[in-house]
Amino acid sequence: MSANAKTYGLLAQFDTAAGIFEAAIQVRDAGYRKWDVFTPFPIHGMDDAMGLKNSKVGYFTFCGGFTGFFTGMTMIWFMNKFDYGLVVGGKPLFTPLYAFPVSYELTILLGAFATLGGMLALNRLPKLYNPLFKSERFKKATDDKFFICIEATDPKFAEARAVLEKAGAAAIELVED
Amino acid sequence: MANAASIHAADVPKGKQHDPHAAPPKIVAIDPPQEFVREPLVLNGRSLGWLTERIAGVCEGKMPLWWWPAFIVSAGLMTMMFTLVAYLISTGVGVWGLNNPADWAWDITNFVFWIGIGHAGTLISAVLFLLRQKWRTSINRAAEAMTLIAVACAGIFPVVHTGRVWFALMPGWLIPAPNANYIWPQFRSPLLWDVFAVSTYGTVSLLFWYVGLIPDLATLRDRAKNKVRGFFYGLFALGWTGSNRHWSNYEKAYMIFAGLSTPLVLSVHSIVSFDFAVSNVPGWHTTIFPPYFVAGAIFSGFGMVLTLLVPMRTLFKLEDIITTRHVELMCKVILATGSIVGYAYGMEFFIAWYGGSPYELYAFKNRAFGPYWWAYWSMISCNVISPHLFWFKWCRTNMVFVFFVSIVVNIGMWFERFVIIVTSLHRDYLPASWGYFAPTWVDVFTFVGSFGLFLTLFLLFIRFLPAIAISEVKGVTPQADPHHPLGGAKGGHH
Repeated sequence: MSANAKTYGLLAQFDTAAGIFEAAIQVRDAGYRKWDVFTPFPIHGMDDAMGLKNSKVGYFTFCGGFTGFFTGMTMIWFMNKFDYGLVVGGKPLFTPLYAFPVSYELTILLGAFATLGGMLALNRLPKLYNPLFKSERFKKATDDKFFICIEATDPKFAEARAVLEKAGAAAIELVED
Repeated sequence: MANAASIHAADVPKGKQHDPHAAPPKIVAIDPPQEFVREPLVLNGRSLGWLTERIAGVCEGKMPLWWWPAFIVSAGLMTMMFTLVAYLISTGVGVWGLNNPADWAWDITNFVFWIGIGHAGTLISAVLFLLRQKWRTSINRAAEAMTLIAVACAGIFPVVHTGRVWFALMPGWLIPAPNANYIWPQFRSPLLWDVFAVSTYGTVSLLFWYVGLIPDLATLRDRAKNKVRGFFYGLFALGWTGSNRHWSNYEKAYMIFAGLSTPLVLSVHSIVSFDFAVSNVPGWHTTIFPPYFVAGAIFSGFGMVLTLLVPMRTLFKLEDIITTRHVELMCKVILATGSIVGYAYGMEFFIAWYGGSPYELYAFKNRAFGPYWWAYWSMISCNVISPHLFWFKWCRTNMVFVFFVSIVVNIGMWFERFVIIVTSLHRDYLPASWGYFAPTWVDVFTFVGSFGLFLTLFLLFIRFLPAIAISEVKGVTPQADPHHPLGGAKGGHH
């Protein structure tokens, strides 16, 4: 734990997709936990290279969609049968058949909101402050450069520079919090 | 390194390290013969940095000279439309040419026309994504923007056609809440399903579009030269860094959005068709309507995508990203969906005869040979004949010709909706009430003005947001592939 309290982490730049891919495998195998890869586009296979598990966004979608369908059916039953039933065209006051299209749309509507909300919640976004943005070099992370950041809170942070150098980093800088 | 080695098994170069007598490797990569190699999605081997510069450059720099006259004319038309809507609301629907029994005419024609246009955007963004059609990345952003704008244009007509619009907007008529007599909206009507379908469609399309924009907004934030741009792009980028932990959730969310939007887009135009099919008006009461409407919607939407993108790729010099191959593929979608539409026209006539209902048969004879014969045959020549020109490669690759056909498709699909609505209504079961619908100048200029709204919003979109999905296009280049030599992969390092 050689890092002082103000250090956020060590930021290493890589210039190619293959470079960052190999480096991520090496950092993962070195046993790091508090680290991340930053790329301008998702790199195929990077989740495995980093050792990430399957994303949990789908659970949010399911809950949202289920709520939507249930809300639709209940709402229509309540309005058109329970609270104020009116016979229209001799049709039944309630059947799931005529309630289906609206419930279906609400399934998708609430499922979509839950997906967006779930994705943002899992990513802890929106985030108002991020020490990485202090790095001028990091602006290229949304353009054509690739980065690995190992955070100072990782127990193996002391050896981070050596690991990143060995992985072939084009440039390494210390980011302060 | 055992893991790394297995990941790279597909990468073993031919001939190197491969002893013919040794045990075969798990996967042998064989280069396909030259004629099977696909044309790259980004031409001239452009670098990742070039893609950022070129696409982001469009909305960062000054707009070219033509943009201003185009914007002023569009905004003028838009103003005209809103003025005419104000005239309609203050005076009543009598300013339109509606009569009884043609109670629906240009208003609902325009609604179905615009909502159908939107469908191509969702097809490109969602259905082609699920089908792993990587060429969609160059066109999906602009097509989705087109969807949103088209839905906005569509939404105006059913609201204003009610005459007393405040009833359409106040809770208790369409929005589920009790009205003054404590009566709830009536969910047995497809018209109310339509309210839910269209509003869900607009909302979900907006969310999907925004999710796709987040990484590109971050790119614009990081490139911003002044504080104001940096602030606004940064605000909407939500602090996006391109973290792979984020990408992991993001990609899952994106896939789910595609999975939600696909049944959504099919349901929306199906429900729009229920507005007609659930009634018992001859010419409307047919079970073929939902698939026929969806195919027609995609057909018209691709027409509009080409109308917008063919000039855009030339004017902003994006030919390396929206390549001739992209245009050709869109032409093929037009050919396929146009054929489905043509088949549906034929099948409608066949069933009208085979079904044995004299009213149904009369409605169809009246369509083709009645007072609106000119509308019917305009529709047939635009929608049945013109897409079949795309069997010829020259027609698919000549940009002026493609643009011309795309306009013809748009015209034809407007006529289709007009034919379905007006020819079915103007002669219903009661010959005493038969009449002829003719539009007034308010009808005509309101519709023309809706193109002003459409183009104004699209021009603003090009001005302020990246018209091509930067991060997605980068993702389909060879430089993005860690196992491709251009992505930096070194051969024979195992």
